[in-house]
Amino acid sequence: MSFLQIVEGPLFWVAAAVFVLGALWRVGGLIAMKRRRDIAPPTGSAAAGFIRGNLRHFLPRAAFARRTWIHLVGGYGFHLGLFVLLLFAAPHVAFLDKRILGFSWPALPRWAFILVAEIAFAGLIILWVRRISEPVMRLISDADDHVGSWLTFLVMLSGCFALQQSHDALRATHMFLVDIWLLYFPFSRLMHAFTFVLSRGHTGATYGRRGITP
Amino acid sequence: MSDQQTAGQRPDEAQDDRQDGAAAAVGKFLEFTDGAVASYFESCVHCGECAEACHFYLSTGDPRYTPTYKLLPMVKAYRRARAPLRTVRDMFGLLPDDPTLDELREWGPLVYDSCTMCGRCTLVCPMGIDIAGTIARMREGYVAAGLAPEGLVHATEMVRRTTSPMGVTAKALRAQVEHQEKETGIPISLDEKGAEYMAILSSMEIMGYPEVIGAYARLFKAADISWTISTKAYEATNIGVQIGSGALAREIVQRVVDAAEELGVRHVISPECGHAYGALRWAGPNLIGRRYDFEVVHIIELIDRLRREGRLPIGNRDARRITLHDPCQIVRRGGLLKEPRRLLDAAASDFVEMDNAGIANLCCGGGGGVSANPRAAELQSRAFSCKLDQLNAIEGLQAVVVPCANCRSVFEDALDEREIDNFEIIGLGELVASTLDQDKAAQG
Ligand code: SF4
Ligand code: SF4
Repeated sequence: MSFLQIVEGPLFWVAAAVFVLGALWRVGGLIAMKRRRDIAPPTGSAAAGFIRGNLRHFLPRAAFARRTWIHLVGGYGFHLGLFVLLLFAAPHVAFLDKRILGFSWPALPRWAFILVAEIAFAGLIILWVRRISEPVMRLISDADDHVGSWLTFLVMLSGCFALQQSHDALRATHMFLVDIWLLYFPFSRLMHAFTFVLSRGHTGATYGRRGITP
Repeated sequence: MSDQQTAGQRPDEAQDDRQDGAAAAVGKFLEFTDGAVASYFESCVHCGECAEACHFYLSTGDPRYTPTYKLLPMVKAYRRARAPLRTVRDMFGLLPDDPTLDELREWGPLVYDSCTMCGRCTLVCPMGIDIAGTIARMREGYVAAGLAPEGLVHATEMVRRTTSPMGVTAKALRAQVEHQEKETGIPISLDEKGAEYMAILSSMEIMGYPEVIGAYARLFKAADISWTISTKAYEATNIGVQIGSGALAREIVQRVVDAAEELGVRHVISPECGHAYGALRWAGPNLIGRRYDFEVVHIIELIDRLRREGRLPIGNRDARRITLHDPCQIVRRGGLLKEPRRLLDAAASDFVEMDNAGIANLCCGGGGGVSANPRAAELQSRAFSCKLDQLNAIEGLQAVVVPCANCRSVFEDALDEREIDNFEIIGLGELVASTLDQDKAAQG
């Protein structure tokens, strides 16, 4: 079995299983911890607050835009770029079709891939430079923040090199890094990709009962 | 456990006490970490946005005042003992140590002096993390470890002795009420069974702004409402909620509940005091483990309700250029966003909003027990500079409505200190009372 076959085959499946089970375990653990019961008579709905809290925090508030615009540009650029690449890069569409789902959808043309990749890279680099340069960020960042950023960066970079699918070695490198990333994910802060629903939702529910969405 | 208390002990005894103190704090941290708090700890991406919303960071530029950083000892305790998948992290030696007593002590100023539990950081946080609510829980650990700041501990002792953090006795209350009866010519009943409403007040109002009592008398006479004040439970502030002692908070709420139920009132009026509202309206039933037999209504909510029902006819509106400060616990964390604005629109002809008005308004810097904590005085004063910038941006400002007695005294002290006297600080109830149409009210 070649290295490519391993990283696309057994190692990928192991990593994917760890990713899915680990993420489920962690999110399930948080849900199982339940929230403290609140018996104060509500003026609004906790359930509606859960949803409103989730939606409200997708959009930044104008009051803070001037002070936080760098983070907003980096954050939105990176996350939106990453999702588009993940779902619409031609090799991903093909991989998902052949290996997992059995159906496909239109992929990005090459020029669009390059444009989106540049936006995603620029975003990630902005976030990381901010992390190592601003006093607040230096104080609150830990190893997990850096490992998560670097792993994601390497996955993206190797993905760009592997785009042409011309060299097995490049493709294998990308897949190997993807496997590592999947293995690391559930144990790290990358889990915010799922836990944000809970944190926004809990706050939304708490204050939703009070008729407000902070 | 203070340093003085550990002096004179053998080193190993002192060591044991230190471990006990830290263990007590960690125990409370974990007890108060439910699924909500755990999801906050799990989802924080260390993006630092929250700093940009916090008046303590904004006014000092000190990164230690970054909201999420203030939670670190509690986060460590959680990661070590509660976080899902912690066993896997442990295999790689990645679990943090429990916080030590020294570390907790070092964090004290971050947990008490530099957080007014204003909730503004939640607005900017992409994860919607409720730092304010989490700090409130963290303080329970600090109280358990004996690490609460002296100023707040002193206030709790005063509450135990007199029911009021400022030592206001029932006798002092009677004197202030009598004085207001004379001022307004309206009788005010004390301990009246069967009254519809029972008002509670903050010590600061009773001693510093007694005209509030006169304003209630005028408003409720105009609206033809029967109301009373209990001499057993007149104090609205809840130092237990501020310092982080659930037991004391419960006792204080219970006193109000007992008095209200004994008098048989249908509503208890929470005064123009931010945290008192949160304590009685939102925390109270959870503290005593049941709902009340009466409704808690905030004075702003009540005046707004009465005015909309046409029971408080407004006469000549106040013509001064007036702006509104949003007390955090009433507006952002209390949900009363529109009510004060409707009242100001009705009672003032030149009401202007300040920058970031409403849900994103800045805190005065003295909430959450900060103003009762002398250790934080300098920081509080610096934090007020953010508020002052908002006020200075309004040209020709003549008055600021500050519907919270604590914020109001913070405003007044800070303005005095800076020798600024070009605008007046007023309460909302007094403003509405002063613009009542006396003729129509008398007929009504
Ligand atoms: S709740 Fe207010 S004072 Fe506390 S950290 Fe957040 S912004 Fe700062
Ligand atoms: S803004 Fe929210 S997610 Fe970002 S560091 Fe602060 S608490 Fe954490």
